[in-house]
Order: sequence, then structure tokens, then C-alpha cells
Amino acid sequence: MSTVTTRADSTVVRPWQQLVIIWALLLTVPFWLPLLGGYTAIAGRVLVMALAAMGLNLLLGYTGVLSFGHAAYFGLGAYGAGLTLKYVAASTPLAILAGTLLGGIAGTLFGLLLVRRRGVYFAMVTIAFGQVCFYIAYKWDDFTGGYDGLRGFVRAPLDFGLFKLDIAGNGTLFYYFVLFVFGIAVGLQALILKSPFGRTMLAIRENERRARFLGLPVEKHIWLSFSISCFFTALAGTLYALLNNFADPLGLNYVMSGNIVMIAVMGGMRTFWGPLVGAVLFVMLQDYVSSMTTNWMFFVGTTFVLVVLLFPRGLMGLLQRKGAGS
Amino acid sequence: MLQLVLFNLTNGLIVGTFYVLMALGLSLIINLSNVVNFAHGNFLAIGGYLAFVLTPFIGFWGALLVSPFLTAILGFVIEKVLIRHVYTRNHIYSLLLTFGLGFILQDICRYIWGPSPLPLNIPQSMSAAVTPDLFFITWYRVFMVAVVIVAVAGLFALLRYTRVGMRIRAGTLDLETVSALGVNVPALRSLNFAVGSFLAGLAGVLAAGQLGLNPNMGDDLIMPSFIAIIVGGVGSLTGTLLGGLLIGVAAALTTVFYPSASEAVIYVIMAVVLLVRPRGLLGEEGMLS
Amino acid sequence: MTSKLTLTKRRTFLTATAAIAGAQFTGPFIIKARGETPVKIGFIDPITGSLSALAVTEVESAKWTVEQLNKKGGILGREVQLLVEDSANDTGTGVQKAHKLIERDKVDVIMGDVNSGIAYAIMGVTAEKKVFHVVPGGHTDPITGKDCKWNVFRTCNTTAMDAAAVTGELVKKFGKKWFFITPDYAYGKTLQENFVKNLKKAGGTFEGDMLPIANADFSATLIKAKAYKPDVLLNNMGGAAQLNCMKQFVQFGMAKEMALGGALYELETLRSVPKEALTGWWVFEWWWNQPNVPAVKTFVDAISPAIGNKKPTARHWMAYVSIMAIKLAAEKAKSLEAVKMAHALSDMELPPEVSLSPNKVRYRAGDHQLMSDIFVGEVQQAGAGGPDDLFKVETVVKGEDAAGSAEDTGCKINWPA
Repeated sequence: MSTVTTRADSTVVRPWQQLVIIWALLLTVPFWLPLLGGYTAIAGRVLVMALAAMGLNLLLGYTGVLSFGHAAYFGLGAYGAGLTLKYVAASTPLAILAGTLLGGIAGTLFGLLLVRRRGVYFAMVTIAFGQVCFYIAYKWDDFTGGYDGLRGFVRAPLDFGLFKLDIAGNGTLFYYFVLFVFGIAVGLQALILKSPFGRTMLAIRENERRARFLGLPVEKHIWLSFSISCFFTALAGTLYALLNNFADPLGLNYVMSGNIVMIAVMGGMRTFWGPLVGAVLFVMLQDYVSSMTTNWMFFVGTTFVLVVLLFPRGLMGLLQRKGAGS
Repeated sequence: MLQLVLFNLTNGLIVGTFYVLMALGLSLIINLSNVVNFAHGNFLAIGGYLAFVLTPFIGFWGALLVSPFLTAILGFVIEKVLIRHVYTRNHIYSLLLTFGLGFILQDICRYIWGPSPLPLNIPQSMSAAVTPDLFFITWYRVFMVAVVIVAVAGLFALLRYTRVGMRIRAGTLDLETVSALGVNVPALRSLNFAVGSFLAGLAGVLAAGQLGLNPNMGDDLIMPSFIAIIVGGVGSLTGTLLGGLLIGVAAALTTVFYPSASEAVIYVIMAVVLLVRPRGLLGEEGMLS
Repeated sequence: MTSKLTLTKRRTFLTATAAIAGAQFTGPFIIKARGETPVKIGFIDPITGSLSALAVTEVESAKWTVEQLNKKGGILGREVQLLVEDSANDTGTGVQKAHKLIERDKVDVIMGDVNSGIAYAIMGVTAEKKVFHVVPGGHTDPITGKDCKWNVFRTCNTTAMDAAAVTGELVKKFGKKWFFITPDYAYGKTLQENFVKNLKKAGGTFEGDMLPIANADFSATLIKAKAYKPDVLLNNMGGAAQLNCMKQFVQFGMAKEMALGGALYELETLRSVPKEALTGWWVFEWWWNQPNVPAVKTFVDAISPAIGNKKPTARHWMAYVSIMAIKLAAEKAKSLEAVKMAHALSDMELPPEVSLSPNKVRYRAGDHQLMSDIFVGEVQQAGAGGPDDLFKVETVVKGEDAAGSAEDTGCKINWPA
């Protein structure tokens, strides 16, 4: 698996070195994080948000299409997983599968209505669709728990027949489980980006008109890219439900969408690992600042403004450019 | 029953005019600058809070006149300092920028005026009902509708008959040509943003008189405005006007038959419009797509 | 720098900036108490978001209470440290903060949240980690009903208690034909069910509308209500929605035709009701003006200067009682172990300087719900007692009389083996 970026070769650190560093850090989180005053549950949150943003980034960074409503698929993933655990069976893998399908399929269907729209209109319609999902979760009291959220389910231990993994009771074990799912998803994304389809996405991003002249079915590709992106974000949503043992209508709200977009941009939306870096920055910022001051919204908002104005390429983009210069 | 429906129809139109006021400002900015201003609801809140501050000194009427202008100035400054940097960039940046700006403005309101709801006192005579039969139409609501009508008529007149207005309209259709003809586009956009903020500020004062103030007050009002624009068709102010009235009436009529769906119905309308007529009721094909 | 969340705004602006610059990844370090480690209470509340007015009051009172406690030797002779975290009215954040407080800060007790949904979600974490948990002000019934937990105690009332307390009074005074305006979510629904149950017992009839939780314009529903000609209009909305419903009710001249009533009212909201709209029969879960209870006056006089010389609200009381109960439980158990504390607090009668109520009050063993007094009365324009004298207590209903038996709530407490 290599880092797929537009200018991957010009980074200071070679892609394989980058990989080694990232995975070494991720695998050892439970050992070093508490020493720095962190706690394992927050590392799980970082991974979940990173995965959601990486899913979005397939669309945003690699196809050049903007969605400001990805919280809908994230939230549907969470509800899908929660509802499965609550009403169907106490099986974590089944919950993940069901939630991913729910969010992914909903995204695929919405995508059909969306693909012909562009720019600001596209963004507005994605927001509005996101709010539709929010309202359904919020209104359908008896089934989804409504405003109070869906409760009454817990993630189930993994049963492999020969041995059991207690991801329900053991936080560290659950972190590794999330990391495992994250690894698989990220691997899949890298494969997709390396495939001919991935190249087409880049072509559409770079110049949609030219791609069209070359006879590429642009709408179809955007739709497909939207759909795939929704599946990954929904997968992240299922993990979010498992992390909290709870699904919450606010997880579907446009504020969450904004956060997911911000994570991708903050880390660098044209780089493969950017959203992960963004998730680290964003979750840490929110966690620490909101403990320090009631005015955390001011700081988070200011961060948004500063990133947009000063670092639009995100942290990874910045490093990359520096690398290109040296 | 018929009386109930008629009452609610009237009521829906009253509520709808309010959505219109809110959505028109948003729509203006989208049309000329291609920016979806997420912070529009927060400009509304600022307008309301400014009126709260001004009322003890210049009374409600004075505040109603002054507060929207102050909001417009704030909008003008923010456009100059922040927003103008993102016009040439991907839409994502303008969305994130205004999203973050919304956070900042909301927190400033909370910091200055506190989290508790505050009342904006309107003249006593305004809160009485017009007639005992039409008890739900208070003078204040009549007044609100009148203000909205004047504002909307003023806006359309401005766009049609003044030089600036014509330039804004022309810029909406073809910005490159307008720019090539020597119009100062940055100034035009700043002014346009200020007009949009003015409408938000006006809506804020009116809303505060009716519903009181709290730092999140804009959040609940921004989504209906979005829907009004999508339903009416992006790019068409008349469409926005129609969209706003339509969802106001639909929400009110739903309350008669199935009250808990009164919020959801506007999304249903949007979905139907998008399925049947993807560009919105009065949207032009090719516009912004 | 401590990780405590300070409400003095200007200072935190500065300290937080420094904190971001300096302590981003190292985390805020905690001042070690001289001698022994402090008793840590973690308090999660929605300090930002739509419930912030109530949460800010609770936090304000919790800080004051802890300050007072520390002046008198703390808990078990150890200093008490309050760590406040903002749940931002978001469940995911609330749960994350619970993990943070328990895993990283190693708190002994958790308090929170005003939002019942978040309170539930936090209960999941505290039960799993076996941490003593007090819910000062989240109302939904199952917290001490069918979803009750051995480690969770609740200070504010259930909706069933509030509804039962006011129904009798409304029926007696005005009549049995009611119209409900109820927010469309779990809290509103349970509240209305409880009202209907009590109303039917009295042989009444009703109609009603379920409205979106943050509904602002009530004219459509009020048009309906007026056509129904009820004796009482029940306004079950909360916060700004409750206020707007009341305002429009008065503006439409309906106050002359029917009575207005409802369950819970918060003084925080009442303060922003325009004076012409101050009307109706409501429940307060605690009221600052209780001439017959000397401890209340002492409390009010002591806390007022610390809260901007206003009168304390029910939210101040909830946080105060919750923290004092934690102290009493720990000292009776002579331990901070959750199981021992929970057993100690069950059915313990709170002394009057803690309960601040006319009758005897306890967290009952059957469901861990505080059996507090419920104040039923009429909202009025500011009386002789100053700008906060907005409510006249008519009757005080005993918690036990309103709550029914613990078995009826559906609670079965399973103690850990």
C-alpha cells in the first residue's frame, strides 16, 4: 500500500517511511498516550473521525466534489449498527455490516439525485439531505429513540469459536479492534485510488471538462465516487456507535458534517493521510479547549477561519510543499 | 374545519414572509458571490441583540431602524476582512469559513449577553390582537408582514432601478462580462453582502420582538431559509420569495392535520421538488450547475 | 493550571490561549493536594448549546458548594476538587468526557447531565466502570425507572412526580377538559402520558398537539385549542418554547377564556417572561422563598452574593443537594467505593440544611430517586420579595405521594456481585 498523492515523490519522508511511522505510532497508542496525559477512548475517537474524513476525502480531495452532508451517512451507519445490536442480534460484525450497508445504500440513492448538480447547489442539496436523515432519526421516537438518542445496546465481544475477544469490557482491546477495521478500510481506499477508477477520479478533479471530452462518463463516476465515499463514512459511523454504545441524532446534524469536512481540510485534503492528521489535531483541540474554557466555540471557529485563510492545504499539504521546495 | 384551514393559511403566509426575509438575504449573497453564508443565522442573532442594546436608548422603533444598518456594517467589514479571500477558491473554503464564523459570532453573543433567553420589549399596543375574531393576528404580526413587504419591494426596486442594483443583477448572470465592462466587482460584492446582512439584521429584530433572544436563535431559522432557496431555485430571487411563502403555508397547514410533522414537511417538499423539477421552481437551467 | 473549567470568562480566555500554546499534548497537570490526594468529583453538563442556561446555574452552584465544603474540611477530611466538562449538549462528547474524567483524571464520582439523553449515555459508562453517579437535573423517567442502575442517584423529580403533583390542583380549581401542547420527544411524551393517567382517574377529557421541540410559533395550535374550549391549556414545552407559547397565549387574549398550566417551570426561563405574560399554574422543584424552613433562608443568604445577588434557582438547589449527598454517602460509608456509597445513601434521610425542604427527604432505596417536596403554585408579577419573587407557592406535595411506589416505576436494582 503506498501513499497516493499527486506529488507523492516530493515529500520529505518517503511514502514507505511515512507508513512505518504512522503505523508504529498507531499500534503503540495505549503505551504512550497516557504518558502524555491522554486516554485510550480519545484515540478511538480520533480513528473514527479520521476514517469518516478519509471516506469523505475520496470525494472531496480525489474527485473534487464537495459534500457538506456526510454526517447523514456517518449517523445512518451509527444507527444501523445500534439498531442491529438492539433488535437483531448481539453481534458486532453483523452490526458493522448492517450499519455500513444502511449508510452506504442511502448515500448511493441520494447520489442519484445529486450527480447532475454542481458547486454551491450540490453542497446545499447535500446539506438538506443530511437534515432529512437527521429529522427521521429525531422524529421516529419509538424506533430510534428520537431526541434522546438510541440506547439500550452494547457492543458484543468477538467470538471466534476457539477464543473470545472481550472488546466490550476492555478499552484497549477495543482500540485495537477499531484500528484493525481502520487498517482494512484504509487499505481498500488505497487500492481503489491505485485502480484505473481512481485515476479517473483524479482526472475529473483536475479538469472535468477535459474528462468529459475524453468520453469519460463523468456523472457515473461522480456517482460511484459519492457512493463509495458514503460506504466508508458509514463504516466509521458504525464504529462511533460501538465506541459510545449509543447513537445520537446530533451525529447526523450538519454541524457534524462541517466537522468532518474540517478534519479533511485541516490535515490536507489532497493527501492520503491528511484526514488522519486532521483528526488528531481536531479531536485534541476540541477535547482540551472545551475543558479549559466555556468559550471553546470561539476557538474552534477561529481555527476554522485561520485554516481556511492561512493553511488551505492543511498540515500535510504544507509539509509536502516544503518538501517540494527542498 | 374550513375556518381552521383558512386561519392557518393566513398564519402560514405570515410565517412565510418571515422565511422570505431571511432567505432573500442568503439568496442575494449566493447569487452574486457564490457563497453559502452559514453564518447568516448568526447575523440575524446579532441584529436582534443590537436591538436589545439600543431599545433602552432609542426605543423599539429606533432600534428597528438602526440595528439592521449596524448589522449591515458588520457584514460589510467581515466581507472585506474575511469572505473576499475565498471567492476565487473551491466552495469548500467559503462554507468552512462561514461555518467557523458562525461559531465565533454565536460565542460572542453568548459571551456578551449570556446563555439565558432575553426578551426584546415591543410597544404594549403592538401585542394586542387586531380583532377578537382574528385573535391570532396581533398588530405586531401585521406590522411584521408590512415591514417584510416594504423591504422586499425596496429590494426589488433597488435591483431593478438603481445602477448598483442593475450591476448586481448583471453580475449574477455573468460576472466576467460585468467585470470586463469596468465595474468594480469587489466593491459590488461587499455592498451586496452588506445588503444581505441588512436583511438578516432586520429579520433578527423582528424575530426578537416576537420570540425573544438567545444565542442559538439563528440556528433554528437557517434551515428553512436553505430549503426556501432550493425549492424556489438557486439563482432566482422571485423563486426564493415563492419558496419561502410555500414552505410557510405548508408548515402551518400540516399543523392542522399532523402537528409533529410540521418541521418535516418542508423537507418533503424539497425532496419532491428536486425529484420533479431538479433546478427548483423558478431556477434557470444551467444556473450554477 | 488545573483542568478545571472556570466560568470567569475573561481570565479563561487568556489562560486557555496559554494552555493551547503550552499544554496541547502534555495535558493540564493537576495540583496535588498537600498531604492526601483530593476527592475528585467530575461534573459533565451542557454548558454550551440550548440547555446552557440551566447547566451554567448548576455548575455555578456546584463550585460554590465545593468551596464551602473545603472550608469545612472537605469530604472524609480530604480536599474536594471539582472537574467540570462541557458536554456541549452532544451525546458523543458527553460520553467521551465521561471516559476522560474516569480514565485519565480518575474521578471518584460523576455528576450530570441536564440533558436526559446524555445522562443515560453517561450512565452506561459509569455503570461499566463502577463509578458512583448522581444525576442532578435530567428528568426522563427511566433513569430511576426501568433503566435504573445501582450506582445512579437522581436529585430532580421524574416527570411522573411533577405531573401527579399539579394535576389534582388544576382539576380542583378549573375543571377536567384539557388541551395539551407537548414537545414531541421522550420527555414530552412521558409527561403527557402521566398527565393523562391522572386526568382520566379524575374522569377528565382531553385533546392535544405534539409539536417540534424548539417550536417557536404556536398560533396554529392555539387556534385549535381555542376551538376546543378547554378548561385548562397544558403547556408542556420547555425553555424558550414554553415562554413563547405562554406569550402568544396571552397575546391572543386566551387568558380570559381558559387557565394555563403545566409541569415544570424554571426560574431561569421565568425571568425572561414579559410581565404581562406572567400567568399560569406550574410546578417548581424547589423554591427559594420558604418562610417556614429556617435552613432555606440561611442557604439563600449565603449563596446569593456568589451568584450575582440573585435568588438561587431549583438548579442551584439540585447541584447543592447532589454534592452534599455525595459527602454524606462517603462519610457514612467511610469510603469512596461506589458500592459502599450507594448502599449508604439508599434511604438515608437528608438533614434539613441539606434538603432545604419542609418535609423529610431521602433517595429511596427502591429506585434511587430523591423523594423531594414539590412546589405547586401560580406564577405572578414580581411581588414584595424582589425581582425574583415570581411565584406563589400554593401547596407543597410530598415526593412520595406524587411518585407512587418504587416497584411501579419498573426499576429493579441489580447490585454487582
